[in-house]
Amino acid sequence: MSNNQQMCGGEALVKALERAGVEVMFGLPGGAILPVYDPIIDSSIRHILVRHEQGAGHMAEGYAHATGRPGVVMVTSGPAATNVVTPLCDAFLDSVPIVCITGQVPYAAIGTDAFQECDTTGITMAVTKHNFLVTEAQDIPRTIRAAFHIATTGRPGPVLVDIPKDIVDPVNPRSAMTWYEATDADMDLPGYHPVTHGDPELIRAAAEMIRTAQRPVLYVGGGILKSRAAEALLQLAEMVQIPVVTTLMARGAFPDSHELCLGMPGMHGNFTAVTAMQRSDLLISLGARFDDRVTGRLDGFAPGAKIIHVDVDPAELGKVRRVDIGIQGDCRLVIEDLIAAMREIGGAEAQVDRRAWRSTISGWQEKFPLVYEQSEPGERLKPQYVLEELRDNNPADTIVTSGVGQHQMYASQYWKFDYPYTWINSGGLGTMGFSIPAAIGAKVGKPDRRVWAVDGDGCFQMTAQELVTASVEDIPIKVALLNNSYLGMVRQWQEMFYEERFSEVYLSEETPDYVKWSEAMGCVGIRVEAPEEVAPAIAKANEINDRPVVVEFRTDPRENVFPMVPAGKSNSELVVDPSQQGLES
Amino acid sequence: MSNPDRFHTIVTTVENKPGVLARVSGLFARRGFNIESLAVAPTDDERFSRITFTVDVESAPLEQVVKQLDKLINVVEIQELPPEDCVSRELMLVTVAADAHHRRELMELIDDWRAYVLAENTERIMMSFSARTARLDEFEECLRPFGIVELQRTGRVALPALD
Repeated sequence: MSNNQQMCGGEALVKALERAGVEVMFGLPGGAILPVYDPIIDSSIRHILVRHEQGAGHMAEGYAHATGRPGVVMVTSGPAATNVVTPLCDAFLDSVPIVCITGQVPYAAIGTDAFQECDTTGITMAVTKHNFLVTEAQDIPRTIRAAFHIATTGRPGPVLVDIPKDIVDPVNPRSAMTWYEATDADMDLPGYHPVTHGDPELIRAAAEMIRTAQRPVLYVGGGILKSRAAEALLQLAEMVQIPVVTTLMARGAFPDSHELCLGMPGMHGNFTAVTAMQRSDLLISLGARFDDRVTGRLDGFAPGAKIIHVDVDPAELGKVRRVDIGIQGDCRLVIEDLIAAMREIGGAEAQVDRRAWRSTISGWQEKFPLVYEQSEPGERLKPQYVLEELRDNNPADTIVTSGVGQHQMYASQYWKFDYPYTWINSGGLGTMGFSIPAAIGAKVGKPDRRVWAVDGDGCFQMTAQELVTASVEDIPIKVALLNNSYLGMVRQWQEMFYEERFSEVYLSEETPDYVKWSEAMGCVGIRVEAPEEVAPAIAKANEINDRPVVVEFRTDPRENVFPMVPAGKSNSELVVDPSQQGLES
Repeated sequence: MSNPDRFHTIVTTVENKPGVLARVSGLFARRGFNIESLAVAPTDDERFSRITFTVDVESAPLEQVVKQLDKLINVVEIQELPPEDCVSRELMLVTVAADAHHRRELMELIDDWRAYVLAENTERIMMSFSARTARLDEFEECLRPFGIVELQRTGRVALPALD
């Protein structure tokens, strides 16, 4: 496309998206965005037509998580814009790069309560990294470039671009513009300068602090994945032989099967991961943010630990827990510099003797593995068993997405994540209904990979309509629906903390009929009730690749997620599985 | 304002674009930071505006305030000015009751404090007074017995002190 060509703002918008490298976008047209949908017909960009705008947002997130490239959403004004608020907030809390284009009423009508008008930039200000209201067609190329730049650099996040109809509508003279290839200089962002390299002096100090630590733990968060730092992390951990915990957002960032991997910490973390952090004398936090679900009651969290905190967002350093060394920078670059700094002070040989720490840790691992009791004949399935069978009957590079609740915790606990970007879930916002649209987005981005959405029945009913999208658009995802007929996690809290007074958590055992519903949406539906049916059903689902498959596993509602740190308690008060209670730690 | 050291002034240079003040004030609201005073005005460069606000450092974590502000894309520069390192001023416009009995006394007060009379009639005098925030508080107290009819203050602005 040559510069100086006269065109309409709508064409320019689509061209600018193509120029930004967009191959696919998720959306649903409507009045205000109509003029942009016309040039989409002639565009190289694949458009996935969703059934609800929230689905488009989560698909874009799933796509971004799986590929590392920004996900793109396009929807109209008003109710469409408010429907994407949830995925925008989800992406904001989990630092997912997405660019969302919303239609808006014509510029002159803004502020008049026009049909399908809402203050989209006002509403989304608090849930985006940044947003733009474009007022002139000529600004479209530079704004799109800026939007992608902001979404993908520094701490990634969602960026929204609101486009009034008149600047994209070819019948309106305000849409006339002269095409130009926007450059960095055109972006005009005088207040945005993300820092990527860490301070060398602080990195040297961190290396020395690590060298002498007796009971260190690498506390690894989603930032490792965002900065593509999994390899560097492996190199660092192996060099200094320090155990690694991977948070809910970082599962797969360090291989679960590695001897240094302790798995997930936090409220439903395993005993060893939680306790190693509690007893640690040095937490090396890499791209994690000391979330309350990880720390438990803050004043009781890792009381004897010094803190090295590396994050690309300086506002995270010291926000929750006072740091001893805070390093602003991209995790991959900082880890690489840290490895070099460790080498300078003697590398692996110079580390203090940590055999006692390692043997303490392996003692915990032996004594407190994840456990559950297999169901008796005639009882409903154990959800943990379903996850184990799913794990054992799928390749290690399978992408797993999940919704929010008990099934999410079982998936994180029982799956073995050995590769980065194989686990996609809603961590910060905890958005029920995330898994199906996220799986669709992941499958679109990684069509050659098997994608399983692990879902609960509460979650399924929130976004199941996107299975119609998956069927019609030929996106053959697989759904493992753990149906316990309850809002299971809420039920668990009511059982444990509200004296078993169950309030509004029972859904229904008969309705809906998930097999019929799945079939009506163009999927294959399979119901599984007995343990011996689990593996064959998974095998059958894995053989079907021409349409989505939903396998409904009828699971036991009495099953609770353990271990658990009760809300408001310190991590030292972790409640283990009833069968392990009373064991000495 | 019992302990003046509690109040730090933060001077931000922001892009002069629609909605920037909403971004800044929205950030304060959702992070639970209280603003003591706020003043907004253009700068000598038309691309930028200046937002000056005073925060109570005993109630808001100043470092977090500054770091969160810095994350706003439209915030270009942030200067944190502790009370001992800056010169700050605030402007007050005030209309005070001034009948014949108290008029002379009030005029003397205005003279002593170097306030300016902006307008007057037989019952009232309107004046302006500019000084440090604490001095405005004191002046206001002196005027109170006469009867304050209307009063407006601008919020403080500040520049770094000269060496």
